[in-house]
Amino acid sequence: MTGMRGLSVFISDIRNCQNKEAERLRVDKELGNIRTCFKNEKVLTPYKKKKYVWKMLYIHMLGYDVDFGHMEAVSLISAPKYPEKQVGYIVTSCLLNENHDFLRLAINTVRNDIIGRNETFQCLALTLVGNIGGRDFAESLAPDVQKLLISSSCRPLVRKKAALCLLRLFRKNPDAINADGWADRMAQLLDERDLGVLTSSTSLLVSLVSNNHEAYSSCLPKCVKILERLARNQDVPQEYTYYGIPSPWLQVKAMRALQYFPTIEDPSTRKSLFEVLQRILMGTDVVKNVNKNNASHAVLFEALSLVMHLDAEKEMMSQCVALLGKFISVREPNIRYLGLENMTRMLMVTDVQDIIKKHQSQIITSLKDPDISIRRRALDLLYGMCDVSNAKDIVEELLQYLSTAEFSMREELSLKAAILAEKFAPDLSWYVDVILQLIDKAGDFVSDDIWFRVVQFVTNNEDLQPYAASKAREYLDKTAIHETMVKVSAYILGEYGHLLARQPGCSASELFNILHEKLPRVSTPTIPILLSTYAKLLMHAQPPDPELEKKIWAVFKKYESCIDVEIQQRAVEYFELSKKGAAFMDVLAEMPKFPERQSSLIKKAEEVEDTADQSAIKLRAQQQPSNALVLADPQPVSGAPPPLKVPSVSGSTQNPESVARSLPQPNGTPSPDLLSDLLGPLAIEASPGDVSTEQHGPIGAEGVPEEVGGSAIVPVEEQTNTVEVIGNIAERFHALCLKDSGVLYEDPYIQIGIKAEWRGHQGRLVLFLGNKNTSPLTSVQTLILPPAHLRLELSPVPDTIPPRAQVQSPLEVMNIRPSRDVAVLDFSYMFGTKLVSAKLRIPATLNKFLQPIQLTSEEFFPQWRSLSGPPLKLQEVVRGVRPLALPEMATLFNSFRVTICPGLDPNPNNLVASSTFYSESTGAMICLARIETDPADRTQLRLTVGSGDPTLTFELKEFIKEQLITIPMGSRALVPAPTPAPPVAQPLSPAALADDPGALLAGLL
Amino acid sequence: MIRFILLQNRQGKTRLAKYYVPLEESEKHKVEYEVHRLVVNRDSKFTNFVEFRTHKVIYRRYAGLFFSLCVDITDNELAYLECIHLFVEILDHFFSNVCELDLVFNFHKVYLILDEFILAGELQETSKRAIIERMSELEKLD
Repeated sequence: MTGMRGLSVFISDIRNCQNKEAERLRVDKELGNIRTCFKNEKVLTPYKKKKYVWKMLYIHMLGYDVDFGHMEAVSLISAPKYPEKQVGYIVTSCLLNENHDFLRLAINTVRNDIIGRNETFQCLALTLVGNIGGRDFAESLAPDVQKLLISSSCRPLVRKKAALCLLRLFRKNPDAINADGWADRMAQLLDERDLGVLTSSTSLLVSLVSNNHEAYSSCLPKCVKILERLARNQDVPQEYTYYGIPSPWLQVKAMRALQYFPTIEDPSTRKSLFEVLQRILMGTDVVKNVNKNNASHAVLFEALSLVMHLDAEKEMMSQCVALLGKFISVREPNIRYLGLENMTRMLMVTDVQDIIKKHQSQIITSLKDPDISIRRRALDLLYGMCDVSNAKDIVEELLQYLSTAEFSMREELSLKAAILAEKFAPDLSWYVDVILQLIDKAGDFVSDDIWFRVVQFVTNNEDLQPYAASKAREYLDKTAIHETMVKVSAYILGEYGHLLARQPGCSASELFNILHEKLPRVSTPTIPILLSTYAKLLMHAQPPDPELEKKIWAVFKKYESCIDVEIQQRAVEYFELSKKGAAFMDVLAEMPKFPERQSSLIKKAEEVEDTADQSAIKLRAQQQPSNALVLADPQPVSGAPPPLKVPSVSGSTQNPESVARSLPQPNGTPSPDLLSDLLGPLAIEASPGDVSTEQHGPIGAEGVPEEVGGSAIVPVEEQTNTVEVIGNIAERFHALCLKDSGVLYEDPYIQIGIKAEWRGHQGRLVLFLGNKNTSPLTSVQTLILPPAHLRLELSPVPDTIPPRAQVQSPLEVMNIRPSRDVAVLDFSYMFGTKLVSAKLRIPATLNKFLQPIQLTSEEFFPQWRSLSGPPLKLQEVVRGVRPLALPEMATLFNSFRVTICPGLDPNPNNLVASSTFYSESTGAMICLARIETDPADRTQLRLTVGSGDPTLTFELKEFIKEQLITIPMGSRALVPAPTPAPPVAQPLSPAALADDPGALLAGLL
Repeated sequence: MIRFILLQNRQGKTRLAKYYVPLEESEKHKVEYEVHRLVVNRDSKFTNFVEFRTHKVIYRRYAGLFFSLCVDITDNELAYLECIHLFVEILDHFFSNVCELDLVFNFHKVYLILDEFILAGELQETSKRAIIERMSELEKLD
């Protein structure tokens, strides 16, 4: 390998490149050269091939694509001579991973090298398998590797590699090792004298016991022996001591293995172990040499973990706490970091809380450390150690830190502060203070759950109401306040502002003025809240204030024609209501109390804490086999709950409240839910009982597919999910039937967006699968269930979606013949251990294959007449039609690309329309339709549809019928109203009734 | 276990990258970029540990070179930190007074040494002497 001049020259050339461009040119030249040589096998000497493969690895390290050379690297593995073979093995294990198909080509050679007699080849093959071997290797090679590991004729060199190679195979396939037959061998291996083999074998053991500690119980005393040999007797060759410490790594491994056994029952083993541990705890001094210090503390911290795991005698535990207390105050950052980390773990052990509290001020100092790693540990610890006695101090520290914390920590911080404030509030006014401060300091990072919760508290605690109102009023005086603060203070002042009436600056009209100043700067979702507040202020104004009334009416008038339905409806209704006197008072009466429920914030936090409570064993056991990906998710050791995600409302035409309310749809088991608690009653009229029956009724039913004409031929949206779907799947589908991009599905972990382009009878959809989390989604599977009339091709989706990543999966659609059937996407994924699956209708509906076309009367009528009657032209009287004015009906037709041709029909109550339909069987075919309406009864009409193809005529007629009966207003699908509220003075279509709380007002009037 | 090892200079040039978990090429580039950004600006008085996605990176700087190991959250930090140092001592011994240029021009040897030191993401051999002797055995074969 010495003297590969060409390689050195190439590296020098690269180093001399002045810039990236020059480097690229040089690399391209070299790659061209390599390609040519690889093609011309005859002139390629083994030496040259070896040189080129090394160059490829170098180029690969520079970040260039060398996929073309994978084959060459793999083929060198079968070279007969060591120099080439070695390059083949090493470069292959750098360039390829277990998922590459090429690797299978080498499997036979690798096996022959493993079972062959050439020790050097054995080593190369074991190294390759150990580093990149996958399941294929695990299945075929494990017995051979086991033989090598226990062979008495192999050198330690081979055996240590065999031990780790076997570890890899076991991780890939735990069945590769049969515990019954192997446990005794494993125990024997731990008697090994050679420390290289022993270190590797102990690593193997850690993995084995994490999977099944019972089978390997005979190894437990052996681990204690190893520790005695190293830590007590110092019985190791000089070369295995590191700065005078007998292999710290082996000591750590042996103690790690012991942490997978639940207890140590044998008294003498236990005694020996505790002697060793005691020696480590007491005998580790701080020394000057950094490396020695680190190594001895590596052992010490592992010993601490083991002591905590064994839940040792009180005396030893308090020794540990004392040590940790010392560590968290040292200057050396690594030790301080580990002190904080281990103290957090220590919290799981009872009885130490009080001792840890003594260090509170020290821990708070670390919260201000310049190193974010230390700050994170301090935050975790403070969060863990907080209780009623210290909550005030800790939360106030967190609030203070919030203003200076980096953005990446603020969301976690504010959530933690909010949870602690709620959990341990000594008095409720303090809780209100904290949340308002949170919103003030870090509004962007305060999720909606947090402010909803404070509103719940205030509503349920009368004593708190005047205080909360005056606090809210104070914040309004600040010049720039966060929008969330506007929301929460508007809500509170609307409800309880009148309690402040006697205070200066707090009359209804003054409250209105100061709130109204904020209105120009808030976003659409906040305006409805302000309008409700205005209505309430107006009602509470005592004595009645005609000036105020004028101002507020002017606002309502202004928004009466607002494009946002929610705002428009509130404006119209409040305006009307406010003229009604007594009825106004009834409707706008104070909000009823919320049912007492556990905070969803705390619930979430507790769910996470449950996992954190698991013993180190479980934690590690869960983690060990997860070696699939860098991104694979270990359990968080901190009690940090995942950040709460509140879905954005952008891209949806629903009003934010209905989004929010339909967001956490409990499928199956209704879970107490914050958002529905809060937002339900935001509709200002209902008593709590009404709220749940009238409003939650239909919402709860939203997860179930509603009747959509006759088109739902497949078991759509049959939810086996254990997750809460965000938004309404059916509504999303309906919206996507009329537009070409949007969200198809969303839950807390994944969002599936869709984007479509249609040309004639073909379409190209792209599914965007976005992982919303910081851990990967695994076992992602998508399957298309195509109806007979569509040809669909879905590009495969990768098995794993990395954290926060989005993958795209194109779906090619070809329309063969007219049909209203819908394709269904069957998709599933795993989040942690949770399997989520759903069946989603794909919006490749009949109307997507229509192209608008506008016909003149000269074009229309001859064709119309040429279609004489059934089956090419079908007529039907459709009843139960949603009443629509003609212009609205025209808009509806245009929205599914059946173009209204104005003025063609002499009768002004009729509409004629045309479109071109594309499919493989029909080609481009003109479709014509006529709708005759009855001005006296808008719920029925006569529909005539004609085209040159009987199936098309029938399917299109049925399709139009579905649209007329189920009118998707905006994106909203019709949900049958729970109680047939008489649509008196109904400003909006009754479609809004079901999921729009404001709409229920109409029924009350 | 060690998920990957990176050796990068201050400019972010990768001098050695070894992955013990299967990653796509594009993901590797991303990881290398992110890890470099994570460690390069950290003060020398800071800890040698940083959280990286759902794992943590144990890193150490030697002159202009950063040695980074990505390990599991529950792994023993200090043990891995000294594992880096042991690796550096081995390189130093092998190249007698190692510098970045040695690693650049002899990157293939660095991979060989690493394969004798770490396997399957676990420590294989902690005796400097054993590794150096093994390397001279291998050089004779070449």
